[in-house]
Amino acid sequence: MRLCSFVLLGGAAAAPAVADTVTVTVPQLSVAEYHRPYVAVWLEPAGGGAARTLAVWYDTRKRGQEPGTKWLPDLRAWWRKGGRSLSMPADGVSGATRPPGRYTLPLPAGLKPGAYVLNVEAARETGGRELVSVPITVPAGTAKASGSHELGAIAVAAR
Amino acid sequence: MKKPTLLALAAAGLALPAALSAHRMWMLPSGTVFAGTDAWVTVDSAVSNDLFYADHQPGRLENVRVWQPDGTPGRLQNGATGRYRSVFDVQLDKPGTWKIGSETTGFMGSFKVGGEEKRIGRRGPPRPGEPAPLTIADIPANATDVNVAEIISRNYVFVTAGEPSTAVLRPEGRGLEMEPLTHPDELVAGEPARFRFLIDGRPAPGIKVTLVPGGKRYRDAEGATERQTGADGVLTYDWPAAGMYWLNATAQDKKAANPRATERRMSYAATLEVMTP
Repeated sequence: MRLCSFVLLGGAAAAPAVADTVTVTVPQLSVAEYHRPYVAVWLEPAGGGAARTLAVWYDTRKRGQEPGTKWLPDLRAWWRKGGRSLSMPADGVSGATRPPGRYTLPLPAGLKPGAYVLNVEAARETGGRELVSVPITVPAGTAKASGSHELGAIAVAAR
Repeated sequence: MKKPTLLALAAAGLALPAALSAHRMWMLPSGTVFAGTDAWVTVDSAVSNDLFYADHQPGRLENVRVWQPDGTPGRLQNGATGRYRSVFDVQLDKPGTWKIGSETTGFMGSFKVGGEEKRIGRRGPPRPGEPAPLTIADIPANATDVNVAEIISRNYVFVTAGEPSTAVLRPEGRGLEMEPLTHPDELVAGEPARFRFLIDGRPAPGIKVTLVPGGKRYRDAEGATERQTGADGVLTYDWPAAGMYWLNATAQDKKAANPRATERRMSYAATLEVMTP
């Protein structure tokens, strides 16, 4: 794999934490051939249990019976944890791929208190794949993590 | 290198299972995990020593069957046989787990009539102009030195579109089979997988199972792992690394389906994809 350096938009590694949100950074990569990554964001109860997908960004402009879904299994952890049982497009969850930048998603309303793991997975055409897992506690938990090649800073601000 | 010992059960158009030969019959799918109902898998089929390098004989497509997720026959498309490798496609147009592979049964061996030895089955692929080989029904009552084995072999790959399903994993109850306790399309490095081996539908303890990772050319060791199933017929295996693995199990007993056959040799092979976590 080629070495790539990336610059976080906004400069700071940590996003300002707004309550009940997840902030995901798609890094800018200086590579010869860049395609926006497929990204999945999901929550799993720390003790195991059903995963809840918060966001999936994929190439919705493709053709076919289920446009753009062909490469979703490249988000292999998400696919196995529940992506494969979602029907696409998923209302309020799926959307088009995003350019480099910082994106803030709301945590689901009415999340039961407890320990969770927030997962962000990115897979890029002609690029790599990365999974960042962040343990969080609801309520009152905040957490930060960072990817090293396909993802930038991840910040969680729970109640 | 050993001389090729591939035999063909010509009468039934069958290829001999790997049990009797160092050569391995294998299939290699382009993937095992697919999305949607418009995916295609392309599969290589060959017989060779090293996995997964097609360098000896092609697999024989006339033996390959496709099971749709509901168990009904599916369609093999774009089949072609080259010098060393056969290839074909399957359109995964229904969600769930598909089974692709071959199930072959036949009799192999020899007998003597008036001191002359005759063979059942034939070495190598059928040649033009060659008489049809003898079958077990051709053994006369006065034959001596009858030494015939029933051969039952299975060789599969499992591919899944969308969510995995289990209908095609159900054992048939005949010969040596593998009942996956861990779904074959949910194998992950570092997560132990469990497979139950069955003979005629009953758990088979002490079955020898070999697991060989692909990519032999890029390491020194053969890398094969030999295991035996436990008292409950179950094999637990913790995948050391992601990749394609060739699983092979063999067994023999005296329960041949024909009284002229003296033994029954069974083999089960599958190519399994183990994902990175």
